Amino acid sequence: MAKQDFEAVLDGSDKNVAKFQQRRSFTEQVHHILHGNITIVPMIVLLLSLAVFGMIIGDRFFAPFNLSLIIQQVSIIGILGIAQTLIILTAGIDLSVAAIMVLSSVVMGNVAVTMGLPPVIAIPLGFITGMICGAVNGLLVTRFRLPPFIATLGTWNIFFALNLWYSGSQSIRSQAIDKTAPVLKFFGTRVEIFGTQFTYGSFLMIALCILFWYILNRTAWGRHVYAVGDDPEAAELSGINTKRTLVSVYIVAGLLCGIAAWAAVGRVGSISPQSFYEGNLEAITAVVIGGTSLFGGRGSVIGTVIGALIVGVFRNGLALAGVDVLWQVFAIGWLIIIAVAFDQWIRKVSA
Amino acid sequence: MKHHSLKIAVAGTLLATAFASAPAAAADKACLITKTNSNPFFVKMKEGAEAKATELGMELMSFAGKVDGDVETQIAAIENCTSAGAKGILITASDSTVVPALEQARKAGLLVIALDTPLDPTDAADATFATDNFKAGLLIGEWAKAKMGDSAKDAKIALLDLSTAGVSVDYQRDNGFLQGFGIDIKDPKKMGDETDPRIVGNEVTAGNEEGGRTAMENLLQKDSGINLVYTINEPAAAGAYEALKAVGKEKDVLIVSVDGGCPGVENVRDGVIGATSMQFPLLMASLGVEAIAEFAKSGKKPENTEGLDFYNTGVKLITDTVAEGVESTSSEDGLKLCWG
Repeated sequence: MAKQDFEAVLDGSDKNVAKFQQRRSFTEQVHHILHGNITIVPMIVLLLSLAVFGMIIGDRFFAPFNLSLIIQQVSIIGILGIAQTLIILTAGIDLSVAAIMVLSSVVMGNVAVTMGLPPVIAIPLGFITGMICGAVNGLLVTRFRLPPFIATLGTWNIFFALNLWYSGSQSIRSQAIDKTAPVLKFFGTRVEIFGTQFTYGSFLMIALCILFWYILNRTAWGRHVYAVGDDPEAAELSGINTKRTLVSVYIVAGLLCGIAAWAAVGRVGSISPQSFYEGNLEAITAVVIGGTSLFGGRGSVIGTVIGALIVGVFRNGLALAGVDVLWQVFAIGWLIIIAVAFDQWIRKVSA
Repeated sequence: MKHHSLKIAVAGTLLATAFASAPAAAADKACLITKTNSNPFFVKMKEGAEAKATELGMELMSFAGKVDGDVETQIAAIENCTSAGAKGILITASDSTVVPALEQARKAGLLVIALDTPLDPTDAADATFATDNFKAGLLIGEWAKAKMGDSAKDAKIALLDLSTAGVSVDYQRDNGFLQGFGIDIKDPKKMGDETDPRIVGNEVTAGNEEGGRTAMENLLQKDSGINLVYTINEPAAAGAYEALKAVGKEKDVLIVSVDGGCPGVENVRDGVIGATSMQFPLLMASLGVEAIAEFAKSGKKPENTEGLDFYNTGVKLITDTVAEGVESTSSEDGLKLCWG
């Protein structure tokens, strides 16, 4: 069929189907990869900081014992960080995590040591304490529609005060625990492998991290947590009961704080109502440095544990290098700011 | 912290109005402002003050910061005491930032007594009732030196302090200990400026078990040969002991501390802590309340211990290993005197 006159013009034109531009500049590609794999950045930071401190301090820093010690040191904040990650994934924040943990450990200690009941009762009671505290937070956020920041700011004070009241501000000594309920210190049990020294607490953190990575990525509940944080309206429209999901997240986080309480008794040795006063902020620091977005819906518990390790490496490395404590604090401050600035940049990707 | 000062302020105002409108307004009011409510030391202090106030028919208003270093809450408390018409203030200042507020209170005619922590300058208070913290450090330093004997010259010392804020209690105990051990302390108001090679390093503990453990671990990583550990208080000492136990060194290292809390004295008995300097918070507070009562009655202000710029409420060395030339009390007797 002969062409009509007006069709002749097509001969000189582009015949390709419309499509998106394929070629990206190098930065755009990096940007894209980072957006898809949020734990890459914290991983790189961790490796870099290990390398830098290794160069400055040398063998002492790279000694297997020292590296395993860092894992021990961050294990409690790491577990609190996992709880915090769950909440931040829903675009919330929990300022009460450490207070819940300390309160739970005081409950365990008072029931097992002071009252002399068997640990089989004391430890679950500690877990239940954590879950009740979490449920209170969850209800304040859903039922009473309080912003999570305000709700948990309030409960932080309340749980902390209850802890001081119930413990009489007095530590329960390590020797007293050994005598009556040594199982409270179970997670302080040491394991030595090839010159390293781990505690059961170190393994607990890693196990919980893997477990929650699985739950968040491979179960319906986990998917719902991400969905609720990413866009609560869309989640609601797609049939997710957002309120029930939120409450369950706070309860699970409370349970994790209860578990952290048990591990903390092993780590600290005694039951100390005054330890971990700033544990909530340290947990948030780990989450943020680990690349989880404070805006919700994006992040990973693996990142959080790496974030906790980065802080631990900085503290330990700077201390070994003989740097004054206030400069350690200074360095952590910069880490937080850089991490969040980076998150903002990554979120700008348009694909 | 802002929210907290507000809360205290509101509570304080309510209290103040409540007291002001009470019909039995005859009772003189005294204020007790402590660093925190959480430390048993301050809990004991409050008990001592309350008991004495009841005995003398006074009304005691108590305030506390939320954490060590919470200055805003303390300033709000000072202001509230002044407006409530109290006769005097007993304060363990978080740091000397509270001095201008205290000056205002003194201008309004209140007697200001610093308890436990001297202000900077010391004369910002009408009187100071305190443990001689330098002496407390000195005693454990001298004890450690006598205990170690000849090996003291090769000691490797870890210093577990409170914080980086430069609180007077912190540097006085630290420097007292070092001087007692025979180390040139340079500036007595600074920690960590010493150059003696026997010092492995200073770390901060926040005065609790968790901080004590982490600090000790890090210093052990710096030098595993540490054999003498100074700690700011007994919870930090208990944490340091856990760190030492984790590497099987608890038998080779001497831990010294300051405070005299009952768990601490029990730790001396059990061999966790070698020696601790006991202080007497209850006495400080009850003397303070008495001084305010006296001031309300006669306008007389308390006087300092001779040769010191404060009233010394005493300090006792508690240990079960008597060292030559250092006076000490056994842990058994210490348990009868301990607080908390």
